[in-house]
Amino acid sequence: MRVRRLAAWAALPLAVTLGLTACGSGSGGGGASDPDAAVRIEIAEPQHLVPTNTNETSGSQVLSALFSPLVDYDEANKPHEVAAESVTSSDNRVWTIKLKPGYTFHNGEQVTADNYLDAWNYGAYAPNGQNSSYFFEKIAGYDDLQGEKPKAETLSGLTKVDDLTFTVTLTEPYVDFKAMLGYTAFYPLPKAAFSAPGVLAEGYEQAPVGQGPFRMKGDWQHDAKVEVERYDAFPGQQPKVGGVEFRIYQQPTAAYADVLADNLDVIKTIPTENLSTAATDLGDRFQQSPASSLQVLAFPTFQEEFSKPEVRKAISMAIDRDEITKSIFKDSQQPARSFVSPVVAGYRENTIGAAGAFDPVKARSMYEAAGGPKTIELSYNGDGGHKDWIDATCNQLKANLGVECVGNAEPKFADLLTKLKQKQSVGLFRMGWVMDYPSMENYLGPLYSSTGSSNYYGYANPEFDKLLAEGARAASEDEAITKYQAAEDLLAEDLPVIPLRYGQNNFGHSTKVTNVHVDLFDRVDLLKIELA
Amino acid sequence: MLRFILRRLLQMVLAFFGTTLIVYALMFAGQGDPIQALAGERPVTAAQRAYLTEKYHLDATGVGGFFYRYVNYLGGLLRGDLGQSLTGRQIGDILAAAWPVTVKLALIAMAVTVLFGVTAGVIAAIRRSGVFDHATLVLTLLVLGIPTIVLAPLAQYFLGVRWPIFPPTAGAQPSFRALLLPGIVLGSLSLATALRLTRTSVTENLRADYVRTARSKGLMRRRIVGVHVLRNSLIPVVTFLGVELGNLMSGAIITEGVFNIPGVGFNLFRGIRTEDGPLVVGIVSVLVVVYLLANLVVDVLYAVLDPRIRYE
Repeated sequence: MRVRRLAAWAALPLAVTLGLTACGSGSGGGGASDPDAAVRIEIAEPQHLVPTNTNETSGSQVLSALFSPLVDYDEANKPHEVAAESVTSSDNRVWTIKLKPGYTFHNGEQVTADNYLDAWNYGAYAPNGQNSSYFFEKIAGYDDLQGEKPKAETLSGLTKVDDLTFTVTLTEPYVDFKAMLGYTAFYPLPKAAFSAPGVLAEGYEQAPVGQGPFRMKGDWQHDAKVEVERYDAFPGQQPKVGGVEFRIYQQPTAAYADVLADNLDVIKTIPTENLSTAATDLGDRFQQSPASSLQVLAFPTFQEEFSKPEVRKAISMAIDRDEITKSIFKDSQQPARSFVSPVVAGYRENTIGAAGAFDPVKARSMYEAAGGPKTIELSYNGDGGHKDWIDATCNQLKANLGVECVGNAEPKFADLLTKLKQKQSVGLFRMGWVMDYPSMENYLGPLYSSTGSSNYYGYANPEFDKLLAEGARAASEDEAITKYQAAEDLLAEDLPVIPLRYGQNNFGHSTKVTNVHVDLFDRVDLLKIELA
Repeated sequence: MLRFILRRLLQMVLAFFGTTLIVYALMFAGQGDPIQALAGERPVTAAQRAYLTEKYHLDATGVGGFFYRYVNYLGGLLRGDLGQSLTGRQIGDILAAAWPVTVKLALIAMAVTVLFGVTAGVIAAIRRSGVFDHATLVLTLLVLGIPTIVLAPLAQYFLGVRWPIFPPTAGAQPSFRALLLPGIVLGSLSLATALRLTRTSVTENLRADYVRTARSKGLMRRRIVGVHVLRNSLIPVVTFLGVELGNLMSGAIITEGVFNIPGVGFNLFRGIRTEDGPLVVGIVSVLVVVYLLANLVVDVLYAVLDPRIRYE
């Protein structure tokens, strides 16, 4: 009897707890029929929300709501004017940018040419330490803004013509300059963003004022959310939703669970572990679209054993790309056999030719004839979910080339880069590339030119550098593409990296929204998304 | 008693500085290239590298550099300034945002542990070898055997998505209901341990001489168990719970990640991942204080539970 009463005491808290959980229900999301309701989109915590300092997808997704770009890209990824009336040049060196009238910042300021000049000068000035400053390096006078004590404070290549017109003078003609202008770094900043000329006001980043279709609703709530609402005075195309709540997630799996429960509207990247069930979980709400990323295995060409192109080609031929993309990536990525992504103009299929065809017999004889190393090491960063495909690749190399192969996980990509910069032996290493703007040059220049910012493999080919420079100086886009393609052919001969896979956006949405599009930059198109 | 508490508080100051030194040294020694770590796989421009290097004194290396940076950090700490993280946010602000939600989560987990663990442990001990006892044994073994990394996503899938009893994630300003599921998941591990501890301890005490005496005196069983046995059995449990409180606050890395709670555990994980030395040192230093305080409370509770224990 007494014991039973004790049991009752134990049961009481349980009952209370269950009762409480029952009470708290009934707090659903926004009403489906309300056109002013907000949609909820997953992002990670942005690093910064200043246009010239934002170069990761979460920050640029938020800024794409707050700002309207000078140009945007059409279905064929050609640039067309948005906030600009026209972007013209007769010699590809001096560009005249005319702005559309009627644009205002969210604080009421008229958008003028000065706003662009102020923002770009701020971004290019080295002591400001802006992440995207390298976007301005083609503009004349950039070098004078570098170093600890720069000689100048403004770019000499930027000149205001009138309130809605300015010219940009480049150090050298560059045919793809118009395509570059679609990037986040080229947004304007209002006068209110500066506390003094060239000094960004404290706290601007917490509630950025832009000239785009949405304006901030409250401040950036770190690690929680960024809320924006429709800006009715926006003269361009109006969005179909009343606002957006960018919800900050640390783990994509948590966001995926929320989409399943209709607790979140869009997840931009479905985590790999959920890809196999996504089609059944979400049905036609699981979607795919092309992305710009390219995954490669790179050779440290400065090392003796990988210096022969035959060795590199043999390794490439011993890898069955199709099998790995199918069994490991569940077709969430596509096999790659070229050095540029299919999303840019000038892309050709299978430029690496025979080296891209899976042929274990030929690979082995070629490898042995060229005297390839007996042991191959594949290095990767352990924090990016690369282990599975690296191990699969290793197994294929073991079986097809008869070599020893080990995967070597470095904790972070930074650790891998540190070793590479010190020219330590890491064997082959993985790399990924995401474009900044749709141009072949953006795939070839930074990665393979001898001074490229991400050329970690010591590849240097004067002929390649020459073709690339000629392409940039070309008179027309078509002429440029011819040069770039000739440069790509040189890469195919030398094969400094093995192209493996093109990325895709694998995204999903809740039952509450429709017309969800994710662009090449991994951003949800906020002008198209609608409430269901 | 008062002198004892004062002495412990003074020791705490020393322990605090000791740990900041050790953690700072570890972060310093293990630091690779924090600027590249922040940028991930994107290239870092020379201008950006120079800017961050100067701002965070990253060029101060070696033993001299270490003490230069550590003294700098301590100086800021004494002025109440925890420094800036590598993304330019004030670490004080980060901690101020992270602590409340973690404390809430830990308290819910603690409540779950105490309410269910201790009560069930007492019942299991009284009805030793009964159905309840065996059932809890199997259940606790099961829970102890499943790591949080499995338990948390399972609970989220079944109780959040499949049968939507709870919201699948909690977010930054969660309601009590949203925190309940992560709280239960977090508390379940310590619940199992607390249950086993209570059961063993109560079983032992039920056989003690004073219980026989009390029973022969004709005392009601409820009073014997509820007052005499329980009070004497709680010492090992309280010790465990005191240490566990610290664990719950720092060890919620997985649970906070799965349920998207931007608390201390998550920030610690982020700090380690991006080699953000000042952030890690800041969080760990506060955690050390939490551990020390929890242990102090445990020691004081000993004296309350057992009058024979006295502190001079």
